[in-house]
Amino acid sequence: MIPVIGLAIGIVAGLVLKPTVPTDLQPYLPIAIVAALDAVIGALRALGERRFNDRVFVVSFISNVVIAAFMVYLGDQLGVGSQLSTGVVVVLGIRIFANAAAIRRRIFHA
Amino acid sequence: MPDNWRRSLLRPTISQVVVAVLLCGLAFAMVVQINDKDNDDYSNVRGDDLVELLKSLDAANERLGTQIDELTATRNGLLNSTKLSEQAEKQAKQRAEQLAILAGTSGATGPGVEVVISDPGKDIDASALLDAIETLRDAGAEAIAINGVARVVAQTYFLDDADEIRVGGREIKRPYRIEAIGDASVLSGAVRFPGGLINEIKTRGGTATVTEKQKVTITALADVKTPEYARPSS
Repeated sequence: MIPVIGLAIGIVAGLVLKPTVPTDLQPYLPIAIVAALDAVIGALRALGERRFNDRVFVVSFISNVVIAAFMVYLGDQLGVGSQLSTGVVVVLGIRIFANAAAIRRRIFHA
Repeated sequence: MPDNWRRSLLRPTISQVVVAVLLCGLAFAMVVQINDKDNDDYSNVRGDDLVELLKSLDAANERLGTQIDELTATRNGLLNSTKLSEQAEKQAKQRAEQLAILAGTSGATGPGVEVVISDPGKDIDASALLDAIETLRDAGAEAIAINGVARVVAQTYFLDDADEIRVGGREIKRPYRIEAIGDASVLSGAVRFPGGLINEIKTRGGTATVTEKQKVTITALADVKTPEYARPSS
């Protein structure tokens, strides 16, 4: 329940405050969001399978975000920023789809 | 389950709070990012991409420039041809008007003379009338009509028919009134000069008078026959 409230507060804060993304963060934020989404979907799957662990979620969330941002940063430094961020998004997308498929199988048995 | 929820709301564990904070951050970041995408500027585009974008814009610009040049050339060509065809149309119209007067298919007006031949003794025959017409033609008459009913053109024939003369099939009553458009003084001179039309008519037993007019209007039209055998050769 509390996490849901947190989610709602985040959305409202974002809508009310309307901050602009700092220029330094601009390349990393979209990738970080996708990485975090991957962690959240994974957590939902674990929740469904009744093996959710707070610690695992927190660690995977933060590490996902940090690693994704770092990869984009590294790609930018190496001059392959757009390609690498595409690669990261593809891999995270595959993971999200796989987790979503597992959740779907569990709920709908299909 | 609701009991469970209430309990967790009242006494949240640290891990629940941490998860909530993380989700809060995620939601916040998503909303911010989505809003940021709305103001569609290029501040979050990488340098390489910007260079690519610039290149493609340059290419598009060049392509459009070429297109503008081509279209301008086409437009100029069309304007020219329009002008040319306008000119051609004007010339054709002028020519058609000239030919219409020559063929007698349209009325004509202008300075000219009126020659009246009175013939009490009925001595004037078709050939004399034709001589009179020829005299006027030699003097440059551009349109000729007799008695206001018979337009004299290239095909017009003169025929003696009993007491009357037929001009182009139309019966002409006495006195004969020939209207001719042309240079009035030249025409009247040609009629008057010694041994000219007036003398000729007099020797044949009639009288002829000529009046110069500022404005002669011929409304009689010739019957136009479509050529049955002759075809343009060009």
